[in-house]
Amino acid sequence: MTNNELIGLKRSIDQVGVEERTARFQTRSIKNAAKIQGLKMALNMIDLTTLEGKDTEGKVRQMCYKAAHLHDALPDLPTVAAVCVYPNYVSTAVDALKGTGIKVASVATAFPSGNSSREIKLADTKIAVDSGADEVDMVISRGEFLSGNFSFVFDEIAAIKEACGKARLKVILETGELSTLDNVRHASDIAILAGADFIKTSTGKISPAATMPVSLVMLEAIRDHYYATGKMVGMKPAGGISKAKLALHYLVMVKETLGDAWLSNEWFRFGASSLANDVLMQLAKQAEGRYQGLDYFSKD
Amino acid sequence: MAQKTENKLDFGSKWEYAAAPESADHASIMDEYGLYINGKFVKAEGGKKFASINPSNDQHIAYFAEASDNDVDKAVKAARKAYKEVWSVMPAKERAKYIFRIARLIQERAREFAVLESMDGGKPIRESRDIDIPLAANHFFYYAGWADKLEYAFPGKKIEPVGVAGQIIPWNFPLLMAAWKLAPALACGNTVVLKPAETTPLTAMKLAELIHDSGLPAGVVNVVTGAGATGAAIVNHPDVDKIAFTGSTGVGKIIQKAIAGTHKKATLELGGKAANIIFDDAPIDQAVEGIINGIFFNQGHVCCAGSRLFVQENVKDEVLRKLIDRMGSLIVGDPLDKNTDVGAINSKEQLNTINKYLKIGQEEGAEIYQPKCSLPNKGNWCPPTLFCETSQSHRIVQEEIFGPVLTVQTFRTVDEVIDKANNTPFGLSAGVWTDKGSKIFNLTTKLRAGVVWANTYNKFDPTSPFGGYKESGFGREGGLHGLLPYVNLV
Repeated sequence: MTNNELIGLKRSIDQVGVEERTARFQTRSIKNAAKIQGLKMALNMIDLTTLEGKDTEGKVRQMCYKAAHLHDALPDLPTVAAVCVYPNYVSTAVDALKGTGIKVASVATAFPSGNSSREIKLADTKIAVDSGADEVDMVISRGEFLSGNFSFVFDEIAAIKEACGKARLKVILETGELSTLDNVRHASDIAILAGADFIKTSTGKISPAATMPVSLVMLEAIRDHYYATGKMVGMKPAGGISKAKLALHYLVMVKETLGDAWLSNEWFRFGASSLANDVLMQLAKQAEGRYQGLDYFSKD
Repeated sequence: MAQKTENKLDFGSKWEYAAAPESADHASIMDEYGLYINGKFVKAEGGKKFASINPSNDQHIAYFAEASDNDVDKAVKAARKAYKEVWSVMPAKERAKYIFRIARLIQERAREFAVLESMDGGKPIRESRDIDIPLAANHFFYYAGWADKLEYAFPGKKIEPVGVAGQIIPWNFPLLMAAWKLAPALACGNTVVLKPAETTPLTAMKLAELIHDSGLPAGVVNVVTGAGATGAAIVNHPDVDKIAFTGSTGVGKIIQKAIAGTHKKATLELGGKAANIIFDDAPIDQAVEGIINGIFFNQGHVCCAGSRLFVQENVKDEVLRKLIDRMGSLIVGDPLDKNTDVGAINSKEQLNTINKYLKIGQEEGAEIYQPKCSLPNKGNWCPPTLFCETSQSHRIVQEEIFGPVLTVQTFRTVDEVIDKANNTPFGLSAGVWTDKGSKIFNLTTKLRAGVVWANTYNKFDPTSPFGGYKESGFGREGGLHGLLPYVNLV
């Protein structure tokens, strides 16, 4: 699409209204059976993530074991949806997760800043895909977006999407750098039209990361695309969601904005490193009626 | 990507919220409540009483005394005595202390009041807990602050209280309306005879208990329960100096006739049929939320409800589609459940009125839409309702329904929508949704409505005056303007 066509997509978002709506989701009281179901759903939607300079093969393998064995003391637990690593650890993760059904996601495109050439970004993507990644989490070029070069952003996403082949593409908007909800909405629409399978809030390296208002605006973009085309796009808030209660609020928001169809890990994910243990602690509490100490839940 | 034949969202049962009822155990309700006159709880003359019913399950709540003319006379005499001997001569800062104390006591007992308000009136606990009760406390706080600063509110004037105020309040916001009326009256040095609505007297009597506990001098606030005859006795009592009434336009007209030619001052806050106007440049998703909040808040039992929706024709399809999907995600049911969005209709009588209009609307040929929702077997229920394809000539567009019923009209130009929005005998409120500031100011000056909200709806604050144009009444409540009806400026 041309830059002018992409400028034409702009829609206004009322921040006050969005914040009021998200506050409403947080007044929902999720109890008993609904809570257990919601917690298990949340667990099953997690992209267990390690994206650090100090990552090693050993660390990734340990995290992969955890992904498949969240808390063996509790029966009937789902696994997480995926693990998310840097491209150079994809083959390690693929190997460690063989037979578990857990997907391997890889960040790519000069994550997290996205400041590099198209060639490097494509090569980065190719390494991830060739190593067996099921999903690619790319970052958009926020500098180009903020300077009004929307067609650059659009073309780049389209190019990466092509390079992904069968792998599903998650497009990280890094909303903490986009500054307004108007921009979040515009970037969401551009990403979706350029072929994103998922839109994702954040890298986790910038504060603020995922927030409910930002996520609601992105869910509304997904909804409008579905209304217009019948095509579903997934959503992944990432960073800053470490408590089970907040995760349930997000699920309430998904349920009441997009409906039942999005309540599965095919269409909704949490990008998080420490959320799983808090959800597990809540599930154990529901099962046994009292909280267990943190050290009863493994850290990997 | 998944491809579906019909692009409809499914708000189904994949993940249903379990029941989350607010406990009512901590709320104490007596079998029978008397009248609160001269600092004492007394029976009505002849022991007459009536029952209050929980509208969500038809269960009996308690009996309330039905005040006769003589009972009202006693209340007015007590108020007069307290006015002369205590309240009007008390230093203003001392008056303020009592009002602050009432505000704090409401906060302390907020949870109990919220539960009782939802039981007696049918409104969702989320609203009574998050809106009604905190706002009621805030009104007392706000006017307590004014009590010793009245000379700054009206510089250069000598301020005198009016005397004995007769205050008659409606059933849609029982405690909040009591607070709206009592707080400014007390702050200005008046004494009060208050009559709550006959379907929702519970929190007013609990407030009487609270006021009693606060140590407010006897006779400053008197609460008499009863129906229309009790209200008439207050209005017609020769020693009442001011009438403050919130309720229907029909009764408002009767009151105005009754006090014509007397010395009585009056403020009337009456019905409404507000226009909620959505322009094509509005933030649509937030506007849809504003439409929902505008008409389904408190089951539409709101005088300023945004009951006439005007949508610019070029965004009609988008707005309606989103509105209908949003209505599908509303939870209708037990008012005490924390997840309930829309509660019970306040009374059988009101439900009959609403159903009458649902019938009229369909006979007039409007397209009715109601989401599928399972309603409880007992109690008074009406699902959220939309009437499309309506015009200004429809009765359902002209008359106040006072229920969860929204009429939708389209418009094309700014002038047209101003014309149609003003084309009603009412003029209480309006809503405008647009991204353009200049358009907002253009409309706010041209809409003949007491309150105009821009890119929001149903926002209330003690500092903000509220009141109507035309047949929606006169006088303002809230804010600095809300002091004026309770003072004589010399």
